[in-house]
Amino acid sequence: MSLLAVTVIGHDRPGIIAETTAALARLGGNLEDSTMTILRGHFAMVLLVSADVRAGDVEAGLAVLTVDGTLKVTVREVPQEPDVAPTGATAYLLSVHGADRPGIVSAVTAVVASGGGNITDLSTRLTGELYVLLAEVDLPASADAAGLGARLARVADSLGVEVSLTPIDSDLM
Amino acid sequence: MTLLPPLPHGRVRPVVRAPAAVLTRRAEDVDPRDPEVVQLAADLLATQRVSPGCVGLAAPQIGVGWRLFSLDVTGHPKTRSCHGPVVLANPSVVAASRKERGREGCMSVPELTGDVRRATQVLVAGVVPVTGAALTVETDAFEARAFQHEIDHLDGLLFLDRVAGAHGLHARSVYL
Repeated sequence: MSLLAVTVIGHDRPGIIAETTAALARLGGNLEDSTMTILRGHFAMVLLVSADVRAGDVEAGLAVLTVDGTLKVTVREVPQEPDVAPTGATAYLLSVHGADRPGIVSAVTAVVASGGGNITDLSTRLTGELYVLLAEVDLPASADAAGLGARLARVADSLGVEVSLTPIDSDLM
Repeated sequence: MTLLPPLPHGRVRPVVRAPAAVLTRRAEDVDPRDPEVVQLAADLLATQRVSPGCVGLAAPQIGVGWRLFSLDVTGHPKTRSCHGPVVLANPSVVAASRKERGREGCMSVPELTGDVRRATQVLVAGVVPVTGAALTVETDAFEARAFQHEIDHLDGLLFLDRVAGAHGLHARSVYL
């Protein structure tokens, strides 16, 4: 059993997910984690599929999606990652917004990385002149959250954007 | 004044994890004076107390489809009103208002958390095990959220049924 990463990107229309997953089911694939969104009108999806089929055969099975040239499909084998062990990390929401300019994401995420933060979810939107970034960041217990916040504020200031880093509490019921 | 009736010694029971039919069926009303119901109330509280970070436990979570839960938000940083340890049978939410979004996890879905909008002001009605006395509880903030989460369990609902949006589900990275 291998794990395959399937990406489908292109012009959005109704039915792409149904057609993709029907083809994968015909090949005996079992969907594991997946995510899909619309980026500037483009359909964008990544599926992790376990299957007893080689990546090339899955790509051939999904060729029906690409015949009209509006969708691009890739399939590649990826290793099984070990289960996430308890980390003791704290989750933070990083929010950045301001006038669009090149380099916001790279500058801000470089600060996060240098502070030991691991981004687990990210979305950015450009609407008119306004650029917005939202990211979830896991900070290890040993990290200096206040120091990271201060460094982010300095970088945001130099970019002319607003930044906030706030803990995300999750409560066990 | 405690809302807790005198209960027998509680036994720690294994917690059922989704998927399991008992977690997705409406639980049945109980006789609050039935000794089995009283024992189950004690077992819920005992099981909740040995589970780090757990503030409530509903009977379906230990495999029993009865309308009964335990709850105790004492000491939680988000708690405002606090009624201490509570066990309640045949409960329902009578009134709810002022919804806010919060991220919650569940012993029965241990590897995920979800963003769920819940009322921050609730009035809950039910009956007290042992005595059978009718009880209404008006509360807010974190205790209100916990009451709604537990009563949802008795209606066969998990927080997964209430997640706010397709990207409102998260891997639980923080373990207690």
